[in-house]
Amino acid sequence: MLQVTKRPESLLDVKMHYCPGCGHGVAHRLVAEAMDELGIRERTVGVAPVGCAVFADHYFNCDMIQGPHGRGPAIATGIKRSRPGCVVFSYQGDGDLASIGMAETIHSAARSENITIIFINNAIYGMTGGQMAPTTLVGQKATTCPTGRDPRVNGYPIRVCELLAQIEGAKYLERTSVHTAANVLKAKKAVKKAFQCQLEGRGFSLVEIVSTCPTNMGLSPLDACKFVQEKMLPQYPLGVFKDIEGGKHDASRN
Amino acid sequence: MPTIKVDETRCKGCELCAAACARKCITMSTTFSATGYYPAVCCAPDRCTGCGLCYQVCPDLAITVFKEEKK
Amino acid sequence: MGEKLLMKGNDALAEGAVRAGCRFFAGYPITPQNEVPEYMSWRLPQAGGAFVQAESEVAAINMLYGAAATGTRSMTSSSSPGISLKQEGISYCAGADLPIFFANVVRGGPGLGNIAGAQGDYHQSVRGGGHGDYRTFVMAPNSVEEMGNFPRRCYEVAERYRVPAMILSDGVLGQMMEPLEFKFPEVDPKTLKAPDWALGECRGRKNRLVGSYDLNEGRLEILTVNRAQRYREIEEKEVVFESRQCEDAELVLVAYGVAARAAAAALKLARAEGIKAGLLRPITLWPFPKRQLLELAGRVKGFLVVEMSLGQMVEDVRLATEFRAPVHLHARPSGVTPTGEEILQKIKDVMKAGKGERACCK
Repeated sequence: MLQVTKRPESLLDVKMHYCPGCGHGVAHRLVAEAMDELGIRERTVGVAPVGCAVFADHYFNCDMIQGPHGRGPAIATGIKRSRPGCVVFSYQGDGDLASIGMAETIHSAARSENITIIFINNAIYGMTGGQMAPTTLVGQKATTCPTGRDPRVNGYPIRVCELLAQIEGAKYLERTSVHTAANVLKAKKAVKKAFQCQLEGRGFSLVEIVSTCPTNMGLSPLDACKFVQEKMLPQYPLGVFKDIEGGKHDASRN
Repeated sequence: MPTIKVDETRCKGCELCAAACARKCITMSTTFSATGYYPAVCCAPDRCTGCGLCYQVCPDLAITVFKEEKK
Repeated sequence: MGEKLLMKGNDALAEGAVRAGCRFFAGYPITPQNEVPEYMSWRLPQAGGAFVQAESEVAAINMLYGAAATGTRSMTSSSSPGISLKQEGISYCAGADLPIFFANVVRGGPGLGNIAGAQGDYHQSVRGGGHGDYRTFVMAPNSVEEMGNFPRRCYEVAERYRVPAMILSDGVLGQMMEPLEFKFPEVDPKTLKAPDWALGECRGRKNRLVGSYDLNEGRLEILTVNRAQRYREIEEKEVVFESRQCEDAELVLVAYGVAARAAAAALKLARAEGIKAGLLRPITLWPFPKRQLLELAGRVKGFLVVEMSLGQMVEDVRLATEFRAPVHLHARPSGVTPTGEEILQKIKDVMKAGKGERACCK
């Protein structure tokens, strides 16, 4: 028999701690497969966030650093500017990237840091137990908006790709999802393209992955996928928001 | 014949693979695994085409897909 | 090396760091330290390093966290409110055992305060500053020459013990010009041995992790206790201080940084009047020259702490001297530099009040 699927070398052979049906596992695999296929594992440095993916530093088989909540892009900046030969990615959730770390997100894009951000948008705070996220949908229940997000009290969700698309320094932006196999395959291509953007020295790249958090959404894994399809995708439409060719980085700035 | 192998120590019984399988080859076990989940099992190996969709959606990389070697 | 230069304190600090091998700087504008990032913005690219003007102090310290994790000698600088913002990141660096170097060009506080030189950040510097159990190696220069020469020592101590190291300066030292000499050969970072924990290319080795968390019960305690062993070693080996005319002194002035310059002026005036005064200037604020102070406490009539804060270092002097001699305080907080004359007056008041009387905190 021929084994046609293989655990990527860039993902350590350990059991992950994520809840059943959580999207992080698939997202991790996609990042690892991109590293394998591009042959960059041995020169990649990853930044693990605060949140459920804090343990990502124990899953990826490359050098990893774990940093304060929201500061991934700043840490990635420090690594990339000191080691321009390394491929640097920051893996972040929605609270991390779009709430406490919004300034770092926007400014690393504005500086067009030659880094890649993997942004997991599951519309909820996971690790802390289901609080309202900057991407929580209007009407969606969370532990800090128990009757549902009310825009008059809690404001509106943020669309990160649309926001970053206005920034000149953002060179590759795509929103994908992992709630169906077909979308997983598309997300895989997007992650690889984002790393390629960095390898070509084009500047800032970000892939948003609309994902599930069955535990804190209060849904079964299958219903969480349905929630993504029916509720999240209308708010967060999938697609390429930016793919700017050229604009190669001035190597001297590194 | 193409087939899949489920690593029971990694499977958390989320059922995403069963839903993703176009030919309905995957079902959930009726007995607990050692880790306390009802793991996925390939219930109809004769229908499996080795398409790998189950692998794509599995968050725990618990599924390995096999195909017959071309002679 | 050997060349006499005329430089501003902040410029000397920046140049000293570059000569000590600094190749990454991230900072954010705040007075009175702006010359440091300004200098670095042209000097570092010239030296083959990288300068980033960060979007905030919070981002700057985290850029440093990333750069330091690659084993690059790096630096950030700020002034009081900005250093407060950096504390979380400093705590992460301490928890991750990263040797970082930063400078606080202190201004008057609390709050927005003012932009004059002050020493109100003493406790924040020597007690940790951020959250959790950790220590920072703190050097307090009192001249432009020391501003330029201390960064090298900070890098060496930070790397040897894998701790954060800082220079606690102030607005006066940052802004004034003085002649100086860089008293060490310029360090080429390429000649430094790459640390065995640095992130980068993992070809041919196991992947490395840098981080500050451990959720396994008891394991974090082990890490923290092991780190404390290094802290003890620093306290043992890395104390630096200056002692002037303490041999026959009845009253010893204790002051650091720019306050020590005023205290030195007062010492001169006092000696001219036949008053047997001395001066002990802690150059490292942590580790603190405890042993030297305790030794003095056995033979002097008292101490007078002069500080440009409400009375912060005075607590360390009292702890170090184990209350064996009275410790008096002359405090000028929130951006006022004391004069030699006013300190002389205080010396006279203290001497008149005599031994045994507890210090008044005025």
